[in-house]
Amino acid sequence: MSGIEVSIKSRLGHFDLDVAFTAPPRGITALFGRSGSGKTSVLRAVAGLVRAPQAHVRINDEIWQDEKRFVPTHRRPLGYVFQEASLFPHLSVKRNLEYGLRRVPKDQQQIPFHDVVELLGIAALLKRATNRLSGGERQRVAIARALLTSPRLLLMDEPLSALDHGAKQTILPYLESLHDEFGIPSLYVSHDPNEVARLADQMVVLEQGRVIASGEAAPLLTRLDLPLSGYDDASALLEGSIASHDHTYHLTWVSLQGNRVAVSREDLPVGRHARVQIQARDVSLSLHAHADTSILNILPCRVIDTHDINPTQMLVRLELEDGQTLLSRITRRSAMGMGIHEGMALYAQVKSVALLS
Amino acid sequence: MTFDWQPVWLTLKLAGTTTLLLMLVGTPIAWWLARTQAWYKQALSAVVALPLVLPPTVLGFYLLILMAPDGAIGRLTQALGLGTLPFTFGGLVFASVLYSLPFVVQPLQNAFEALGTRPVEVAATLRASPWDRFLTVVIPLARPGFLTAAVLSFAHTVGEFGVVLMIGGNIPGETKVLSVAIYDYVETLEYTQAHWLAAGMLVFSFLVLVSLYLVNGRLTRSHQP
Repeated sequence: MSGIEVSIKSRLGHFDLDVAFTAPPRGITALFGRSGSGKTSVLRAVAGLVRAPQAHVRINDEIWQDEKRFVPTHRRPLGYVFQEASLFPHLSVKRNLEYGLRRVPKDQQQIPFHDVVELLGIAALLKRATNRLSGGERQRVAIARALLTSPRLLLMDEPLSALDHGAKQTILPYLESLHDEFGIPSLYVSHDPNEVARLADQMVVLEQGRVIASGEAAPLLTRLDLPLSGYDDASALLEGSIASHDHTYHLTWVSLQGNRVAVSREDLPVGRHARVQIQARDVSLSLHAHADTSILNILPCRVIDTHDINPTQMLVRLELEDGQTLLSRITRRSAMGMGIHEGMALYAQVKSVALLS
Repeated sequence: MTFDWQPVWLTLKLAGTTTLLLMLVGTPIAWWLARTQAWYKQALSAVVALPLVLPPTVLGFYLLILMAPDGAIGRLTQALGLGTLPFTFGGLVFASVLYSLPFVVQPLQNAFEALGTRPVEVAATLRASPWDRFLTVVIPLARPGFLTAAVLSFAHTVGEFGVVLMIGGNIPGETKVLSVAIYDYVETLEYTQAHWLAAGMLVFSFLVLVSLYLVNGRLTRSHQP
């Protein structure tokens, strides 16, 4: 039996937590929801930091909790990254890193110290005291400390939420490479659709202590009946591959089966898998394919459905020729003027595309 | 004039033994008080704090009755073959432990509460067992609290008088500690001897407190994030 299986029932403040989901044995699964939806409680129960009265937690063929047994946290081979870095203030950076490592039997240490230090770019910090680190550095050390215990499951509780925008942007690439490098299955708690879009393969959407949707991240991000699309930065994820490079204008073309979109030039091999993110607010709609526009990325599409997000604006969900979905945020007035309806053929003009990986 | 050092050594022995025992007894009590949400937590805190407000004679009086041959503690100690405790060094240690308990429990409880649960949880996720967590995370992080507790209990025991007089009396080498010796010298108008001891106590107490503040100031600074 491979994969992660979690089911938890417990009382949580003013509502009941009743959650069950499975996650694949590789990749990042995001636990997504507003604050107070029970995400952190789920993570704490999976770690055994709280003892949920009724819970089943299984990681591959190891059972961490069921009716009969409760494995205490320190016997669960997990890594936990807290919201604030929580480094031990009485230990140097190096001793913080070694704290968990020294407690794992030699034959179970699968992740070499130098690889982790290298990957997270903290080699220069090892001798420092923890109070001489910036917020972003502290969180990188905390992530490295968790990784060094060679965990079979990595739990991350909004590891970026205490950081400012700049620090966030510097850590995201580390989290992405961690995912590619070590392949440790991770549960990643977040309330930020952008983080989820960048990092998650799978997603579990929580509301009021219940799972309201779960599955692959990309289709869930564009579902209009879920809270995700209500956010100001609602976006769609598209999978494609690197098609070609335009040296003259410094662009990289990403092919989406038949169509292509341009991003700023990236040094990536042609044919490599590429994931792009398109914000709903960067997509405008047109009845014809204009050639007289500054917008490079024009994609033929068909309306799936629409959803009013406020009295002024609405989201339109669009199906591209290859079956992937895109979101567009337009005013209700424009929608009426264009006569937008289900099944209508349109052209999406995409102002900007972010290449994620 | 020959200076009688015996009360000084006896006092140091009493304060040292008491402090050692108090660290062993007070730490689990303080840890429990800092962590529990039991309804009787407040009541237990009040019991621990009682020696702060009670006149030492009241504490001494009840202890004397309890430790008497037909008292509850007296019967227990006799059954254990220890004899009775009043007017012995053992009795003084027992009384001092109770008398100085709040001076150990309160600083430790404050330190444990200030620590919060996070560092302990972090250590648990890094594979540290409960004992391991206590030794490698709680004790180093609560070090200023431990230091304060030890120094206060030592100094408070050195300065105790009422309880000693009630249950220890004035037996040289057994229960005649500094404070009692000073009282004795004054009673018999031996002011020179009284001066030496009293001034010694004053200087000792001042030095103890100054070094406590200095060391704690340094520890706190080095831990600030």
